[in-house]
Amino acid sequence: MNFVALRMLTGDRSKYFGLVFAIAFCTFLLENQTSIFANILKRTASQILDVTDAEVWVMDPKTEYWEQTKALKDTDLTRVRGVPGVQWAVRLFKGNPVARTTTGRFAASFLVGLDDATLAGAPRRMVLGSWERLREPDSVVVDRAGYILLFPGEPLELGRTLEMNDHKVTIVGISEASAPFVSLPVMHARYSEAVDFLGRERTQLSFIIARPAQGVTPETLTERIASQTGLRARTTTEFMWDCVDYYLRNTGIPVNFGITIAVALVVGTVVAGQTFYLFTVENLKQFGALKAIGVTNGGLTGMILLQAASVASLGFAIGTGMAATFFEIFQHKLATRGIVLMWQSVALTFACILFVAVVASVLSIRRVLVLEPAAVFRG
Amino acid sequence: MTIVDADVSVAAVTPNGPAVSCRGVRKHFGDGEARIEALRGVDFDAAFGELSFLVGPSGCGKTTLISVIAGLLDRTGGDLDVLGERMDDLTGTERVLFRRRNLGFVFQQYNLLPALTAAENVAVPLLAAGMPRKEAVPRARALLDRLGLAARTEALPATLSGGQQQRVALARALVHEPRLVVCDEPTAALDHKTGEGVMELLAEQAVRPDRAVIIVTHDSRVFRFAHRIAQMDDGRIVEVRREVA
Repeated sequence: MNFVALRMLTGDRSKYFGLVFAIAFCTFLLENQTSIFANILKRTASQILDVTDAEVWVMDPKTEYWEQTKALKDTDLTRVRGVPGVQWAVRLFKGNPVARTTTGRFAASFLVGLDDATLAGAPRRMVLGSWERLREPDSVVVDRAGYILLFPGEPLELGRTLEMNDHKVTIVGISEASAPFVSLPVMHARYSEAVDFLGRERTQLSFIIARPAQGVTPETLTERIASQTGLRARTTTEFMWDCVDYYLRNTGIPVNFGITIAVALVVGTVVAGQTFYLFTVENLKQFGALKAIGVTNGGLTGMILLQAASVASLGFAIGTGMAATFFEIFQHKLATRGIVLMWQSVALTFACILFVAVVASVLSIRRVLVLEPAAVFRG
Repeated sequence: MTIVDADVSVAAVTPNGPAVSCRGVRKHFGDGEARIEALRGVDFDAAFGELSFLVGPSGCGKTTLISVIAGLLDRTGGDLDVLGERMDDLTGTERVLFRRRNLGFVFQQYNLLPALTAAENVAVPLLAAGMPRKEAVPRARALLDRLGLAARTEALPATLSGGQQQRVALARALVHEPRLVVCDEPTAALDHKTGEGVMELLAEQAVRPDRAVIIVTHDSRVFRFAHRIAQMDDGRIVEVRREVA
């Protein structure tokens, strides 16, 4: 009876397309909103994740996320280096100086100061130039989005100059940095110069980044550093989740996005579920006739499940295709770069659609099973 | 014809006995003050090779009686044998399978599946019995050909006239060669001429020595097709008369 079930489903084209597109739009909404939400939160840790050299971050015990730093003492670096299991540890500066172009255009920026000797933490994905040219005096590497922000409409070009805290600096490289939470230029410079680009304070050491020696896991090393220095030490992943957690707890993002996702979930599932349920109810007479003719309850249940499975699969596939297309288009835009369709969102949405299909099927099956076949004689 | 479904054997009853035997059959709906006695002790026989008519005014219990006979409703009292089976002895699933194998239905409103072609609609009882589609649909087409609908086998029900739809419904009731055909007001939705045509076809195609046909109707214009007419009133058979065909 599979053939009959599918023909019943597709026979009324308007109802069928209504069903498929209800599920497709529900899928699109859920995948879209959850992916954007997750990607925006991930952006809060973009500059942490871009440092691929180190696996351990050391900071002031009260530091909760990337933006919130309290300078460490220079002696802290020595203490960290003294912890067994540390292969190397170097300083990392983070500041927000204002960069000004020669035309007067300016923007606050994220400036990362790298250890002068090793340049550990330098951007590895370069669009133009080389991060190694940071060894040149008064040099910076700017990310592509920041360059476009500072020099809109102009071609990518090395050698352009910026002014930061009365220092004239030269762009020696253009990187492809992960988009930060706030759309500001991301710049890298040597530590000794970066502190001057911001303006001297008594202490400047924002973070110490370290790599564990062979055989020592980052988790073990963070425990050792914390216990031996009293500083806060986190692995890259832990620090990323600290940032995400901070924004979840302290900003309106989760509430606003949560409401949007909840609305998408409720509207999408209710519309999709109700449409399928009504489809079955409208076909009760047909199911009644089949029941009278001798189709068993098991057979009718199989027919409804097949209808639900096929419409849910098709709707989910179309919705996922729409979401993938959306992210493919927008990931090339500057403001939404790096925001991609996450497999976790697809999996979550699949679970939701499956839930809707199961609930709608159960309700529909119940209506059909309690249907008295004699009802078909009553017209 | 070979029906794939073998869960319930074709009812082993000789055409000598009655196809349907009702003795004191009772059926009520609801309880207490809301209780309605739909059947008040019905005695009724339907013989093989005959068209048995159940006639009477609306609400007299005709439809309830054929629903009970067809195993679509449970009776609340009395004895009922259908094709030699005591319906009480069958479980719910066995009753469904019994219906699938032995009964054919013609409904007043045809109840054709609108998404299926005429031939596919006719093939539904065969598909329900597990016959492959490529075998069932050609067989349905052949029957429609016999019923004069060879040119409309691929038409959807919505494109068929009322008479044509009822002929498709008749083919669906006969395609699996049931031993008992139950028709509920088969001409009620048709004009007189078309109704006559359907009844002629029913008498010609459905009546066989090993098959009984029960027709519920209050269309007196088609009474002449009956072999036996059972008059119902207020939940009882009040008169049974044999007609000379």
